[in-house]
Amino acid sequence: MSHYFSNRETFKEIILIPVIATFLAISLGLLLLIFSGSSSEIALKALIALFLGSFGSLSAISETFTAATPLILAALGIAIGFRAGLFNIGAEGQIILGGMAAVIIGFSFHLPFVFHIIFVLLAGALFGAFYAFISGWLKAVTGAHEVITTIMLNLIAYRLLDFFLRISWIQKEGRNDPISKSILETAELPRIFYVLDPNLRVHTGFLIAIIAVLVVYWLIFHTTIGYEFRAVGKNLEASRYGGINPALTIIIAMSSAGLLAGLAGASQIAGILGRATPGFSAGIGFDAIAVALLGRAHPIGVLFAGILFGALIAGGREMQVSADVSLDLITVIQALIIIFIAAPILIQKLFPWIFK
Amino acid sequence: MYFKKFLKISSGAFAGVLLMAVNSANGFTACQVTDVGGVDDKSFNQTAWKGVQDAVAKHGIKSKLLESKSETDYEPHLNSMVSSGCDVIIAVGFLMGEATKNAAEANSKSKFTIIDFAYDPTVPNILGQVFATDQAAFLAGYVSAGVSKTGIVGTFGGINIPPVTGFMDGFAWGVKHYNKVKGTSVQVLGWDPESKEGLFTNNFDSTDDGRAFAQNLYDEGADIVMPVAGPVGLGSASLADELGSDKLKIIGVDGDWTQTDPARKGVYLTSVLKKMDITVLSVIEAVKSGSYSGGITVGTLENGGVGIAPYHDLTSEVSSELASEVEALRKGIISGSIVMNK
Repeated sequence: MSHYFSNRETFKEIILIPVIATFLAISLGLLLLIFSGSSSEIALKALIALFLGSFGSLSAISETFTAATPLILAALGIAIGFRAGLFNIGAEGQIILGGMAAVIIGFSFHLPFVFHIIFVLLAGALFGAFYAFISGWLKAVTGAHEVITTIMLNLIAYRLLDFFLRISWIQKEGRNDPISKSILETAELPRIFYVLDPNLRVHTGFLIAIIAVLVVYWLIFHTTIGYEFRAVGKNLEASRYGGINPALTIIIAMSSAGLLAGLAGASQIAGILGRATPGFSAGIGFDAIAVALLGRAHPIGVLFAGILFGALIAGGREMQVSADVSLDLITVIQALIIIFIAAPILIQKLFPWIFK
Repeated sequence: MYFKKFLKISSGAFAGVLLMAVNSANGFTACQVTDVGGVDDKSFNQTAWKGVQDAVAKHGIKSKLLESKSETDYEPHLNSMVSSGCDVIIAVGFLMGEATKNAAEANSKSKFTIIDFAYDPTVPNILGQVFATDQAAFLAGYVSAGVSKTGIVGTFGGINIPPVTGFMDGFAWGVKHYNKVKGTSVQVLGWDPESKEGLFTNNFDSTDDGRAFAQNLYDEGADIVMPVAGPVGLGSASLADELGSDKLKIIGVDGDWTQTDPARKGVYLTSVLKKMDITVLSVIEAVKSGSYSGGITVGTLENGGVGIAPYHDLTSEVSSELASEVEALRKGIISGSIVMNK
């Protein structure tokens, strides 16, 4: 995996391949639509709706950024893992743990406005980090493969969530189904464009995600620990000879990944949901893997890939409303993007004149 | 100050012009947001969507649909329908209760209706549709107790919420009533109406769970199972189809499953009907004629909002005596001479 992400990625690798992959995937998706019996007029309508629903108005942009926020945060964590040679499938579980911690802090403490939010986000990040730490520690100490342990921990997280939501001091009063109490107003991340229109949902979590992009960029490329991540990811044995402690590095990389995923969970809770339900993680942890791959595990790439995926989600909604095309087409497009990204050689073969 | 205003107006105008290019939004439009089971779940969402389609066929109106992929979709989906200028927005499902209330309060001019949620106090621009499914499930429970050869019947639900457990309550009460009348001791697995505890898949979309839960109940001796979890029950039906209907029979919920799932129609003893298609259609008609008002509407055996489906292929399993007892019970519940929870 890690050899895709060399330090000297060329412009072509970072920018061109993802752009071409996206373009190809959308075109193929629309072709699929036509082959499955829709008229080309509907396909065109779908394409326009996809664009208008994602960038066509302030509220569309707001929806795009809202959907992108948790994807960017969790994908940054996965990108750190890729850099250190770790394939972290556990973002979903880490999001759940982070979100759960955020909910509990959010409804049970009475604190002033800004402090409460900081406390909520910190709790989310710490719980996410702790959950990923388990996988990192298992890998470092016992050699257990992180793909296996993170998948297993995801399943445990789902059941933990079901269990927690039925505990009486967490469960919402008067309800039998698993749903948590709502967080207090002081724990909510404020909406960015509140003054303009209170219905624009994009919240300050998006700004946090952008700051996280810069911090992770600095961490990976301008700090010793970032260098160690990359060294271990490239060649674990060589890094050991170079005086790096790979076990410790793996634990730190995994924990940072979990910290970011936990933050994603907390920002979902504090930014848009306000409470936890069994499905609140909504598969974001898995979509984030795709975002990290599309972003070539580069923080800036992840930012744009996250916004693109957010746009597909927001645009897909408009596509179903106005062109009556099923949202499943978006899943197909996302999957096609990943296929093209996972096979960069394919794209270079398809468009040799661009890469020569 | 001026800049903000400018931004707001210009972005609004921009969006308006662009949206007009896409949505030729003219004519009466009914819009539905489904729950996560999907519109082709052969059950809950599909039945509600049929109401919209019936209105399209009958009155030539337009329709729009958004399928929720996760619970996080409810709010943006409803907002999206509001901004696309729908005349009535139909939210399908109890879980959308809070999101619908928020959307209705933020957009007091839009008209909403929600299935399975009754607000207390009521919201002026939401009409809550609730169903006395326990009445219909009571009949299904009674007939199951009469048909079961093992003397054990089972049920399981999606999530422990009132619209689901209403079915399970009625089913268990119906079996209990049969035992009382006949002096038998048919057992119900999967739900205890007293403690409100039972078997739940905790989702409305995994047919694998539907299969596994039915298998568990079958292993415990149940030969009739009522899955109350939308499309999850199709997994149970495929197990019954493989085992054969002499070993395991299924009771459908929401729609008549012999109609929505004809490939396996031989396994369905009956279905507990929750006629959302009829109530959705009548809400759309009320909005169209201007007689809509917020509040609550209840579907019962008496007004035909709930009922049980014919026995179809398994009619031979139901003795004519049992069938006429069920019919008498139906009348008894309507007249009030039968108290279910006794």
